[in-house]
Amino acid sequence: MNIAVCVKHIPDPNLPGELVGERLKREGVQGVLDPGDEFGVEAGLQLKEAHGGEVTLVSMGPSSALEAVRRGLSMGADKGVLVTDDTLRGADALTTARVLAAAITKAGEFDLVIAGVESTDGYTGTMPSTLAEFLGVPQLTFVKRLEGAEDSIKVDRQTAEGYHIVESPLPALISVTAGVNEPRYASFKGIMAAKKKPVEQWSLADLELSSDDVTVNQSVSNIGKAEERQAGEVVEDDGSGAARIADFLKEAKVI
Amino acid sequence: MAKVWVFSEVHNGKVDSTALEILTRARELEGAEVEAVALGPGATEAAGPLGEHGAAVVYASDDDVYGDYVAQPATEALYQLIQEHSPELVLFAANYDSRDVAGRLSAKTGSTLMSNVSVIHDLNTVQHAMFGGTTLIDVTLEGSPKLVLVRPKSFEAVPSGGQAEVVKVEVTIGEELKKAERLERHEEATTGPKLEEAPVVISGGRGLQDPGNFELLDQLASSIGNTAVGATRAVVDSGWVPYAMQIGQTGTTVKPNVYLAFGISGATQHIVGMKGAKKIVAVNKDEEAPIFQIADLGIVGDALKILPQLIEEVKSRKG
Repeated sequence: MNIAVCVKHIPDPNLPGELVGERLKREGVQGVLDPGDEFGVEAGLQLKEAHGGEVTLVSMGPSSALEAVRRGLSMGADKGVLVTDDTLRGADALTTARVLAAAITKAGEFDLVIAGVESTDGYTGTMPSTLAEFLGVPQLTFVKRLEGAEDSIKVDRQTAEGYHIVESPLPALISVTAGVNEPRYASFKGIMAAKKKPVEQWSLADLELSSDDVTVNQSVSNIGKAEERQAGEVVEDDGSGAARIADFLKEAKVI
Repeated sequence: MAKVWVFSEVHNGKVDSTALEILTRARELEGAEVEAVALGPGATEAAGPLGEHGAAVVYASDDDVYGDYVAQPATEALYQLIQEHSPELVLFAANYDSRDVAGRLSAKTGSTLMSNVSVIHDLNTVQHAMFGGTTLIDVTLEGSPKLVLVRPKSFEAVPSGGQAEVVKVEVTIGEELKKAERLERHEEATTGPKLEEAPVVISGGRGLQDPGNFELLDQLASSIGNTAVGATRAVVDSGWVPYAMQIGQTGTTVKPNVYLAFGISGATQHIVGMKGAKKIVAVNKDEEAPIFQIADLGIVGDALKILPQLIEEVKSRKG
């Protein structure tokens, strides 16, 4: 089973997000492999272990994003592709999906494409289904559990009321939640091996896309800070914490 | 006049409540001719509430294909309808199924899909939230159709008493679009009021340390009364409690009068789903936890110690 896993290099989610102009600040910010994508890499590796084949990591971003690709390789993925192009700065989910679709198609034949349900920094959660449409394959999103076979995949897909069991023939795309597995740690051996694994770096021209293909049809007219909720009183529990909460509930007239 | 469409999910013959919220806002937009699209079993019946909330026309199909197969048939039908009727703006609820359909449609139409929207200024301008809603960006969309995903609970659904004309959707769905098939539907029964409707919501995170301790939240809920119990994504992902209890960006958005958070640090993904609460009470061991920055009352302490005491305190105050 040949598997492509989409990975994203994001600013460290433990640091507060910043804007430069109207875009998310990425340069000069400590970056990491999106923690949500580790579950995608792990899912790919487990399927490969069960069914054979190769795991290819596919990413888009500045050359610093190579770090995220290397991290996935050190977990055990076989090779990587990074699309880097200056015209892609500030790309939206539509552009990202178009570029990743072109990169995945160029990288080879795939049975399964895996992504996280949403990135930790942008959290739109729409890129995977847009990507599936560009690739012309069905999408099984919000996957909590998965079972792969030679030519099909069966998943538990999260819903508001519970979950649905959804099955699809391959090729297909899935987006996985953090409930799907426990990502492995990269071993020292894995980290050393990752340095020798092949990573292709492609530009838009390599994908036969032009800057017209990645034009964003939206403009920002105003950026503002949301009215912040005022932090109220924060007190150390000295044994009266429960009583304080009960008083608060009484005052709010819920008891 | 410009056509504004609201895509409405239909589940078990019932219309999705977020679609009614969006319709309520859409009908106030200047120059908007509001219509809705409902696909799947129960769609024709859904035209009733959709009409009452402002849709003049409902394009509907009760065909099982839209319920049996995920996203692809609905995307195809919606795309064909768009080609035929040229709506200026298509609004979707940021719920599981609509998100998939909107994402695919973005690729088909070549229109940017604007997400995390909770304010619609006019036919071209919406407000997009970043960093868990701390930064708000007004975005002007160009081209047609404009595609927008609206967060649940952004508006209050208010009926206007209208009635929709039902237009039957007749689109042939090819076999190549019948791939991702729903084999089984599992609903996780929850007792008590629904999360999105309860006036009081109690929610637990990793700080509760063990799935068994959620029992304490249930006890507190029943002592307060008319209270729902929810959880963070971390806890749901660990399998402690059912998916249906998840509050956050993915999961349910709640806006109760009082929200009580126990052992929740306050990750962005969680805050997005509960910061609309009128009052927030948080209990956490870590005084640096981000949840305290939005709490009206914060107690730095052990949730497991405070919970049993609080259950007693509530009981004694209720007499």
